[in-house]
Amino acid sequence: MRSLLPLGAAAVLGLLAAAPVQAADEAPKRGGTLIYLIPADAPPSFDGHREGTFAMVHATAPFYSTLIRINPNNPSSTTDFVCDLCTGMPEPEDGGKTYTFELRGGVKFHDGTLLTSADVKASWQHIISPPEGVLSVRQSFFMMVDSVEAPDPKTVVFRLKFATTAFLPALADPRNFIYKKSNLEKDPRWYERNVEGSGPFKFVSYETGQSINGVRNPDYYHPGLPYLDGFKGIFAEKQATRIDALRSDRAAIEFRGLPPAARDELKAALGDKITVQESDWDCGSFVEANHKKKPFDDARVRRALTLAIDRWHGIPALSKVADVHTVGSIVFPASPLAATKEELQQIAGYWPDIEKSRAEAKRLLKEAGAEGLSFELLNRNVDQPYKYVGTWLVDEWSKIGLKVNQRMVPTGPWLEAQRSGNFEVVSAANCHGVTNPVLDVQRYLPGSVFNGNYAQFEDADEVALYEKILHETDPARQRVLMREFEKYVLDTQAHGIWIAYWYRAIPHRSYLKGWKISPSHFINQDLATIWLDR
Amino acid sequence: MYRYIISRILLVFPTLAGAATLVFILMRLVPGDICLVRLGSGGTSFTTAALNTCHAEIGIDRPWIVQYLDFLWGLARLDFGVSMWSGKPVILEIATRFPISLEVAIMATVIAVAIAIPLGTISALRQNSWIDLLVRTFSIAGLATPAFWLGIVSILVVLDVTQAISGHPWMPPIDYVPLWKDPIRNLSIVMLPALTIGYRYAAVSMRMTRSAMLEVLREDYIRTARAKGLINRLIINRHALKNAMLPVVTVIGIEFAFLIGGLVVTEQVFNLNGIGRLMVLSVQNQDYTLTQALVMLTVTLAVLSNLVVDLLYAWLDPRIRLA
Repeated sequence: MRSLLPLGAAAVLGLLAAAPVQAADEAPKRGGTLIYLIPADAPPSFDGHREGTFAMVHATAPFYSTLIRINPNNPSSTTDFVCDLCTGMPEPEDGGKTYTFELRGGVKFHDGTLLTSADVKASWQHIISPPEGVLSVRQSFFMMVDSVEAPDPKTVVFRLKFATTAFLPALADPRNFIYKKSNLEKDPRWYERNVEGSGPFKFVSYETGQSINGVRNPDYYHPGLPYLDGFKGIFAEKQATRIDALRSDRAAIEFRGLPPAARDELKAALGDKITVQESDWDCGSFVEANHKKKPFDDARVRRALTLAIDRWHGIPALSKVADVHTVGSIVFPASPLAATKEELQQIAGYWPDIEKSRAEAKRLLKEAGAEGLSFELLNRNVDQPYKYVGTWLVDEWSKIGLKVNQRMVPTGPWLEAQRSGNFEVVSAANCHGVTNPVLDVQRYLPGSVFNGNYAQFEDADEVALYEKILHETDPARQRVLMREFEKYVLDTQAHGIWIAYWYRAIPHRSYLKGWKISPSHFINQDLATIWLDR
Repeated sequence: MYRYIISRILLVFPTLAGAATLVFILMRLVPGDICLVRLGSGGTSFTTAALNTCHAEIGIDRPWIVQYLDFLWGLARLDFGVSMWSGKPVILEIATRFPISLEVAIMATVIAVAIAIPLGTISALRQNSWIDLLVRTFSIAGLATPAFWLGIVSILVVLDVTQAISGHPWMPPIDYVPLWKDPIRNLSIVMLPALTIGYRYAAVSMRMTRSAMLEVLREDYIRTARAKGLINRLIINRHALKNAMLPVVTVIGIEFAFLIGGLVVTEQVFNLNGIGRLMVLSVQNQDYTLTQALVMLTVTLAVLSNLVVDLLYAWLDPRIRLA
C-alpha cells in the first residue's frame, strides 16, 4: 500500500527500505571479475554523446569519467550532485549564469596522456554544438549554455544565457563522457567505434552482440577504486536467458530490471543467495490523444479519458504482474518538485472517489456528444509494461462505455505512426537519465516547441507557463508554478494522461556488493564501487 | 550431364535478382524508420535536426531508385555496404555470426542424420511392430514440439536436475567461444541447441526415410534380389537404402539451408549470437542494408542447396540427368 503514502516520501522510503544493508565494518574485498548481463543487443555505437540507449551506457560507462554525477553512494537522490573529474561543486556566480569547475590534477586517459580542461571543453562542445553531420542526441538539454571556456589547463567555465535550475542535472547526465580532444579533432566520430576514456576500467575487447570486457585502471584518480580486477558484460536480450543465467550464476547481475514474477522466481529458487534491490523508476507510462482527430480535439473528451482511470486502486493491483508501481504525475515522485498525494488528488483522474470521477467522465462525454465512443489505442508491442498497461486501460475505459480496440505494433511502426499523426490515442513512455523536472516536463509542450510531442496541438498559454518555470530559480516559487503547469496539462487541457511510474527490481547474487540502485537504469553504471564477497 | 548442370546453375541468377528486388521493395513498404528506432526507442526525446542528420548519415534521404541501384551495384560486386545500425561493414557483421549458426546447423544435421536414417530404416523393416510404433511416436512428438519450447524446457530441466543433485543449478555458458579456442566450452554451449533442433530435424527425416524405404522394399528388384537368395544386409544396404535416400537427401538439404538463417527463436533462447538473431535484430531496427544482405544470404543458401540436391539427384538417379 505504498502508493497510499504521500508520494515523495513513499518513493524515498521505498528506496531506503529496499537498499541492501551493508555492515559498516564490512571492508570491500579486492579482485575478481564481475560478469553481468546487458539486457539488449549490441548498442548502435559506443558514443555516449550520440546514443540514448542504456545498452550503450551499460557497456561503456565503466571506461569513462564525467565532470559531475549523481552521488554514487546516494544514487536514489535526485539532487545530490558530486564531482567526478572536478574538485568541488561550484557556487554559481553572475546571478546563476556562470559555473567554474576546477579539475583534479594528474588524471590520465587510458593511454597515459594527461586529461586537461581542453579535453573537457572539446567534449562539451561535441555535445552542445557538434560539427555538421555529427549527431548529439541531448543537444537540446543545453539550450541554456552560451559558452564553455578553458582559461587554464585545470579550469572549465560554463557561461549560461540565463540562470536555471535545469543546468546542473543536465550536466550530471551519465552519458556526458569526457573524450580526448585529439581524438575528436582527428575524427569527430572516432568515439562511435573506439573507446578511450579515463574511467575506472580500461577497454580490453568487444565482440559484437556478444560481450564487452574491461580491466582495472591502475591509474584511476579515485583512490582505492575500482575494487574489481575486471568485468565482462554479456549481451542477453531474452528475459528467460537472463533469469536462468542469474540462477545458475553464469552472471551476477543485470542492471536494468526484472518484472515481479521473475524477481519472485529467483528468490524462491536461490533464497539468500540472491539479494533484491528495488526502487521507483524515473520512467513512466502515459497516454496521448491526437488533438487533430475528432472528437479528441475536445478537451472534455480528453478529460473523460483520464477521469475514467482508477489509478489509486488499479496501479497497486497491476504492480503484481507489471513493472509499474507508483501513482504520480509529470514530475518524478522523489523530486522536491513533485506533487504530494493531496495535491495530486485535486487533478482530474486522481480524485479519491472513482465513482464520482467516472460519473463526471460520462457527463463530459454526453455533453461533447461522444457517448459510447469507439477508438483505437495504439500500443508498442513490448510486454513490460506496455501490453499490461494498455490492456488495463482498455478495461478502465470500458467502465464509462468506451469501446477501445488495442493495436500493438513493433517499435518502428509505433514511432512512425506517432510522428506522422496516424493514431487516435497512443500509449507511450517517458524515461530520464538524471531526474531534471524542468527539462523532463518539456515532453508535454506542443510539438512546435518540443518536437518529441506527437499529440498534434499548439498551446501558447502552456508554453508561457513553462517559460516561467524554466527561468525561475527560487525552489518554492518554482514548485508553485509546476503545480499550475501540471494542473493545466493533465486536467484543464488534458494534453497528456499520465498513468504510473515504473518500478525497478534488480535481483543480484548476494556476493555482489557495493552497488546501490537508483531511479534510473542509466545512473551509477561505472562499476567502480562494486566488489565481490566470495 | 554438363548441360543439365549448366542449366541448373544459370537458373540461380534470375532467382537471386528477383529476390533482391523483392526484399528491397518489401523493406521499404514496412512502416517505420531506423532513425526513429535508434533515437526514440529508449523513451527519450530528440530533435528534427538530429533525425535529419541520422537520415543523411545512412543515406535513406536519397530517392528509392538511387538506393536500389546502389544496392544492386553493391550486390554485383559482393559489397553489401555498412549496417545502418552499427556502421560496421555488413560482411563483417555476418562473418562474426555465421560460424555460430553454421556450427549449430552442422551439429544438428549430424545428430538428425545419425538418428533419422537408422531409426527410419528399422521402422520400415519392422513395419507395424512395437519398434515401428515407438519410432513413429518419437518422430511425431518431434514434429509436434516447437524447437524453441524444447530449448526452454531443456534448460529448465538441466537447471532443476543439477540443483537437485548438487545443490547448485547449472546451465551451459551463454557467451560463445569458438571451437578452436576452447573445444569443451564450445561443445557445452552448442550441444543443447543442436540437440533440440536436431530432434525436430531428425523427426522429419525419419518419417521420410521410413516411407521411402517402405516404397523401395516393395519394388520388384528387391523381390528379385531376395528370390536370388542375396543376404538381407546386402539387399538393404546396397539396393534399398541407396534408392530410398533420394527424397531423404532433399529433405536434409532443404532443412540445412533453412537452419542457417532460420534459427531465429532458438538462437534467442540459447543466447547464441548467430545469423537468426542478427536477422531479428536487423528487422526490429529496420536496418535495410543488413536485412537485405541477410535475406540475400538465406536465399543464396536455399538456392545453392537446392542446386546441390538437384545435382545429387542426377548422380543418384541416372533417369533424371538423361531426361
